[in-house]
Amino acid sequence: MTQETTMPLWKQDGAKPFIQIKNVTKKFGEFTAVDNVSLDIYENELFCLLGGSGSGKSTLLRILAGFEDLTSGQVLIDGVDMANIEPWNRPINMMFQSYALFPHMSVAKNIAFGLKRDNVPKKEIEQRVAEMLSMMQIEAFADRKPDQLSGGQRQRVALARSLIKRPKLLLLDEPLGALDKKLREETQFELVNIQDKLGVTFVVVTHDQEEAMTLATRIGVMGNGIITQVDEPRDVYEYPSSRFVAEFVGSINLFEGRIYEDEVEHVKIKSKEAGCNFFVNHGISCAPNQKVTVAVRPEKMKVTRRKPDQEYNCLHGQIIDIAYMGNLSIFRVKLKSGVIVRVTLPNLVRENRNPLTWDDFVYLAWDDDSSVVLTS
Amino acid sequence: MSKVTGTFWLGRYDTVKTRFSSLKKIRWGRYSVISIPSLWLALFFFIPFLVVFKISLAESAIAVPPYTDMFAWNVEDAIIDVKIKLGNYLYLFEDSFYLDAYLSSVKIAAVSTFFTLLIGFPMAYFIASKTGTMRTLLLTLVILPFWTSFLLRVYAWMGFLKKNGIVNEFLQGIGLIDQPIQMLQTDFAVYIGIVYTYLPFMILPLYTTLEKLDGSLIEASKDLGAGPIRTFFLITLPMSMPGILAGCLLVFIPAVGEFVIPALLGASDTLMIGRVLWDEFFQNRDWPMASAVATMMLLILVVPIMFLRNGKKEGVE
Repeated sequence: MTQETTMPLWKQDGAKPFIQIKNVTKKFGEFTAVDNVSLDIYENELFCLLGGSGSGKSTLLRILAGFEDLTSGQVLIDGVDMANIEPWNRPINMMFQSYALFPHMSVAKNIAFGLKRDNVPKKEIEQRVAEMLSMMQIEAFADRKPDQLSGGQRQRVALARSLIKRPKLLLLDEPLGALDKKLREETQFELVNIQDKLGVTFVVVTHDQEEAMTLATRIGVMGNGIITQVDEPRDVYEYPSSRFVAEFVGSINLFEGRIYEDEVEHVKIKSKEAGCNFFVNHGISCAPNQKVTVAVRPEKMKVTRRKPDQEYNCLHGQIIDIAYMGNLSIFRVKLKSGVIVRVTLPNLVRENRNPLTWDDFVYLAWDDDSSVVLTS
Repeated sequence: MSKVTGTFWLGRYDTVKTRFSSLKKIRWGRYSVISIPSLWLALFFFIPFLVVFKISLAESAIAVPPYTDMFAWNVEDAIIDVKIKLGNYLYLFEDSFYLDAYLSSVKIAAVSTFFTLLIGFPMAYFIASKTGTMRTLLLTLVILPFWTSFLLRVYAWMGFLKKNGIVNEFLQGIGLIDQPIQMLQTDFAVYIGIVYTYLPFMILPLYTTLEKLDGSLIEASKDLGAGPIRTFFLITLPMSMPGILAGCLLVFIPAVGEFVIPALLGASDTLMIGRVLWDEFFQNRDWPMASAVATMMLLILVVPIMFLRNGKKEGVE
């Protein structure tokens, strides 16, 4: 992404949000799909709603599109209350997970559909469809029917169709879900470029945290109908606010412990599971002797055969599993308490003379600022 | 291709060979599966049709059976006399009565098909929009009338529509009419009978296509700015065309040849080809003429269907 001299809108005080979701609740019978969610999304954002299946992320997206009525709450888009505005009158378009291309229409007709409904003059329709076809590099398929296209081509047609009306807001439901891994990576960057070029606000729903990380300006992590954390991708990863977020985004090692020294600029935590004491170089607001969870990402740990020169944050265990992934290797280390710790090491050299191997005893250590203390 | 390694080549050859033999097996299986319905059609449709066609080329006679033979053996001169009468067909065109009957049948069938579609589509749409037990219940209700005899159900309509029937008494009861309306023995009653009887044949194929209709297509259309009515005509209707076609054929074809409904509910001047056929056979005992009428009816029905099928194939490709 380009370096911006100005602060992003969501960090500015008093910036006007483009989408305001206020205490929105949606119930299906007894089941609460979206539970009192409040969220502000700003102009030109590429906002990702990240969550597992049944987390309520798709329902929230459908609420924005106008396909679901609210049980309670309010949605404002550009300051306008959406309560009584039907889907076909909203300044919003959506790209569906299944793409929902009309099978009885050619690619060009699919793309022109939205413009025709607005009674745009025929000449202008032709011109704008042609522009869109060339932008998406699908000119060659203009006369084909959707079932004659590959998955990647269909995805482009769906994107073209949802962008042709130049909506203020584009909703994307798992936009890359149906593509294979290679194509997905390429398309990720393309999506970001298109968003940048057209200046449309994107709200993307995904269950794939990698996708969310690469696409998003901000991520909202959802679970059980609640948004648990809204932050920039780096902050979601490095400073998860809860156990749920820590476990959902990336992999992480969690240790139960109890605080035994609570100072303003540091805390010390005793953990039976880990078999060592933790030192965290910042204070946290907590009760004395409170039970907490210490979370450490697998790549933050250093692995050595010799005991490192540090009193805190140092585990000892035996390697029980190794997975070679090419660019990195994953080790599973079993501690004395039986807890299994996951560590990843980059494969910096091609041939290692003295590689770590099964049944080796190793020390795992990390810096004072590498762990996160979770109180919920 | 040059021989790179022996084993590689052999391996390829082997797979080609096995593939070929399995292909053959599949073909055999296919033929045997198709042969049973083919045999059925030949035995119970094609051969009887040939018999009817042969009779239609004969001359009516007072005999058992009541028509002349096509082949006469002249043993002395060793000559086979073949006698083919085309007069029956010519007569179909000469006497406007037959043409009127055909046209009237097609008209009654077409109008009835239109109304079954008009009533059946919302019903099928409603059923397809339901889920679980409700859907099963509604489908059962559609099929339930089949459990009673067709004839009984038509008689029931006579009870409804006759002068002192339920409908007339109800209308008189609420003071809408003073005198009972003549409903039985009118074209109106025939339309009601046909629409009522053939409605399930329209609903079921419509239901199967509508049930498969991807709901996200409807949402996509609305999302792109088309309201419910436009969405219906631009997406729902074209997408359910296969079901509409199947349903219309299932209603139209038997309705053209319908005999029982116009005979029981219709007026004496309600002209339908099924009744003409019946009269030729049983009133006039003119089997060849009746056979000619039947053959013509088949032609009238088969030709448009073949056009439809061809059109559909092209549409798919």
